[in-house]
Amino acid sequence: MAALMSFEEALEKFEPVLGFEVHVELSTATKMFSAAPNDFGGDPNTNIAPVDLGLPGSLPVVNEQAVRYSISLGLALGCSIAESSRFARKNYFYPDTAKNYQISQYDEPIAFDGEVEVELDDGTLVKIPIERAHMEEDAGKLTHVGGSTGRIQGAEYSLVDYNRAGVPLVEIVTRMIFGTEHRAPEIARAYVATIRDIVRSLGVSEARMERGNLRCDANVSLRRRGTTTLGTRTETKNVNSLRSVERAVRYEIQRQAAVLDAGGTITQETRHWHEDTGTTSPGRPKSDADDYRYFPEPDLLPVVPSRQLVAELRAALPESPAAFRRRLQTEYGFTESEFRDIINANLLVEMEQTVAAGAAPAQARKWWLGEILRIANARGVEPGTLISPLHLSELIALVETGMLTDRLGRQVLEGVVAGEGSPDDVVEARGLAVVSDDTALLAAIDEALATQPDVLAKIRDGKVQAAGAVIGAVMKAMKGQADAARVRELVLERANS
Amino acid sequence: MTDDLTRLPAAELAALLTAREVSSVEATRASLNRIAAVDGDLHAFLHTAPEAALRTASEIDRRRADGYDVGPLGGVPIAIKDVLCTKDMPSTAASKILEGWIPPYDATVVARLRSANLVPLGKTNMDEFAMGSSTEHSAYGPTRNPWDRDRIPGGSGGGSAAAVAAFEAPFALGSDTGGSIRQPAAVTGTVGVKPTYGGVSRYGAIALASSLDQVGPVSRTVLDAALLHDVIGGHDPRDSTSLDELWPSFADAARAGRAAGDLTGVRVGVVRELGGDGFQAGVRQRFDEALAVLAAAGAEIVEVSAPHFEYAVAAYYLILPAEASSNLAKYDGVRFGLRVEPEGGGTVEQVMAATRGAGFGPEVKRRIILGTYALSAGYYDAYYGSAQKVRTLIQRDFDAAFASSDVLVSPSAPTTAFTFGEKMDDPLAMYLNDITTIPANLAGVPGMGLPIGLAPEDGLPVGIQIMAPAREDVRLYRIGATLEALLEEKWGGPLLDRLPELETAGSAHLAPPPGPGTEPDGGTR
Repeated sequence: MAALMSFEEALEKFEPVLGFEVHVELSTATKMFSAAPNDFGGDPNTNIAPVDLGLPGSLPVVNEQAVRYSISLGLALGCSIAESSRFARKNYFYPDTAKNYQISQYDEPIAFDGEVEVELDDGTLVKIPIERAHMEEDAGKLTHVGGSTGRIQGAEYSLVDYNRAGVPLVEIVTRMIFGTEHRAPEIARAYVATIRDIVRSLGVSEARMERGNLRCDANVSLRRRGTTTLGTRTETKNVNSLRSVERAVRYEIQRQAAVLDAGGTITQETRHWHEDTGTTSPGRPKSDADDYRYFPEPDLLPVVPSRQLVAELRAALPESPAAFRRRLQTEYGFTESEFRDIINANLLVEMEQTVAAGAAPAQARKWWLGEILRIANARGVEPGTLISPLHLSELIALVETGMLTDRLGRQVLEGVVAGEGSPDDVVEARGLAVVSDDTALLAAIDEALATQPDVLAKIRDGKVQAAGAVIGAVMKAMKGQADAARVRELVLERANS
Repeated sequence: MTDDLTRLPAAELAALLTAREVSSVEATRASLNRIAAVDGDLHAFLHTAPEAALRTASEIDRRRADGYDVGPLGGVPIAIKDVLCTKDMPSTAASKILEGWIPPYDATVVARLRSANLVPLGKTNMDEFAMGSSTEHSAYGPTRNPWDRDRIPGGSGGGSAAAVAAFEAPFALGSDTGGSIRQPAAVTGTVGVKPTYGGVSRYGAIALASSLDQVGPVSRTVLDAALLHDVIGGHDPRDSTSLDELWPSFADAARAGRAAGDLTGVRVGVVRELGGDGFQAGVRQRFDEALAVLAAAGAEIVEVSAPHFEYAVAAYYLILPAEASSNLAKYDGVRFGLRVEPEGGGTVEQVMAATRGAGFGPEVKRRIILGTYALSAGYYDAYYGSAQKVRTLIQRDFDAAFASSDVLVSPSAPTTAFTFGEKMDDPLAMYLNDITTIPANLAGVPGMGLPIGLAPEDGLPVGIQIMAPAREDVRLYRIGATLEALLEEKWGGPLLDRLPELETAGSAHLAPPPGPGTEPDGGTR
């Protein structure tokens, strides 16, 4: 393991300079250049068309939806949209790329010159300059078999799955980011989180980092204090969680500082991130002179988005995630930590829709972060897939009006999650409505009091907690379908009448 | 009667079929018999599919008998250049690297042939990946010119041209990247058309240079080319460079041109740079005579200059190899086609290198290397970038020339057919043979080659090339058909009536055609 300098000392001696390339897989129905399904689960090499295998004579056709998504994403990144944008071939031999060239964009990207506002944990806002966002196709997936590392070196053979080949990607490239100082790792994480939130709010990608829908390459270099010369950068590839982005940047700062401080030099190279050890290791050398022999893709015409289309997509842009968050936080009146729980659970959109459907923010928060999140975690699914905001708001209304107790409410939720219909349907079918007829409750109370004659006296003596035994007996007799608060009220009335 | 069917142009054969005087099985069998008789010597075909062809023909006959409309060309046999994907026949582009490869799909043009009830006979020979002007670069051995067995039939589509000239098929499909339809037409006395770029789908055409490739018809008459063009042309959503255009009937234009016999008001521009000293005397003589025929029919002959044409070959031989180096990268042994594993195994890079080393012929390797250099960092601007600028200048030359002319003309090729081996050691001389045809590909404009006689000094066919502005292919058919009719009237019949009798399989012991060129890199297989 490489020698590390403490983060504090590294920052005393050097200024970190960052840059990011984030690849976003677009959630179109079909691939970037073929009609094969954009779905790389499933058996290897089943979601493929001749184009994805690079078969002779096959030709790419641009996915119009992918272009629209790319323009929307470019606009959300504050970019200008090119009047004419062109695909280019990036030529290199590697078996995950069936044609041995990748169709990408080079000097004429669809979107360029943007800026993204990133909010740090303490509310500080940082502006990240965006150089470009361009369209390209994903590569296939290689599995190296044999050998201990799972890498190509030492493997006996490799398997290729082209299901992912041709999945539409947007690559978002930042300019060099200066002035991050000791917050560099945090800014790195916050930037990637912001990109994730933006693509999610646009609905152009699932943006699940753990599934590789969103992949980050982090460039780090160090500049010695008091000099103006930029340092040599490394590119840590495929850092696939927000926490790892933060850790990887911190690690590279500490590693590079140690190397430079010892009089060494940084090799311009890609580096692999190791989640388990929290370290990076050398990948392949990468020089600015890497020769991909780019040239305009002759099989495709330039993409010339009409100004009208761009205007339409701009008008349809959702509120930016940052603005959305700020608005809701003000509207809901939650504390910082209450609000952050919602964001961390990625439930802001669900919250907003539940409140919009009529629920009180506090109730909506309680249900989403409580029972629903619990079920979701147990099942390993997204909470938002379990119940619609509309149904949840109906359920909350039933509880608020006393039709259901919390406990009954949880049973109704179970029913909705199990697909038994709306909360009303479940109440009806399962017969779960609260017994709100006081006569029935009073009868049960009298029956309970008859078996516990000393209770009334205790209550009258001020030992109100004695009511609990009666309430429990009543709730049991009512099979739970009573509002405990109302039972308590009635017991106290009886004692004091 | 059966033997005579092979001599008929497609249009006349189609008329007999429609009138049910002849069956498709008879017509197909006639072509197959002719192939069996002469192709052992000519080697125009790399693959024939007699059983499938007869089955298809019989099916078409049955449907016609049942009263179904099988279309104006229903039941006519056709040959297909091996660069086009056919899901029932190997599609190799005459390369060892694709030996035996059967695609899972038909090229769009092939699908359209089938929809039009044409009967595919087989796949025709060509220079490997369409790189060449002689078919000598076919990995499976060259095709002979039916006019002279010691001479080349042109290239890359020498197989389609020879098959049509030798009456093995009424017509054929070709592809033209820098003259691969028009130059073989010139040296075999046949008709060939390179349509406007985007006029015919490239889907399923094994790519050489994507921005230059166009599929087109090869035939013995202008009308036949037009009929075939009508079948294969039109927009294809699977080819992004395909033009979304409503095309007129080229067959109607050809019939009108043939009937008119008059060219009054047509301005014919003679391109000064595509003639002169480098051109064979007999070629120039026949070309001048053709101009006289055009003038006599009322055409106004004007001289035009295209000053940048002199850079066309140089620009072409940067753009083509650059695109080809990328298009041919997919042949690596990983997914399809030939795979060569080094002794004792090897890494994927070593397998790729061994496969490409063994699977590609010397001309393919030469162009891949040229193209790789032309695209490399530090050379891109000087080579590929400059070539693209020349391309723009050539397009402007065309624009200027078409301001004063309706069509442009030149000889189709500087010389008549050369002999085998003559240019194999001198790639530059081979490349310069395409000087007349390359400008049309660089500009994307349509061009037609048609026969204008035999050169007095060697008795070999000479062709004229007619070029029109982009999307004005119809002018080629209109004017080409008029010229063809006037020349046939002058000659007393089609030029191919003068084709020498070919030796047939039964006649004598035939030496096989000369083998492929020596491989300077000692490629082993």
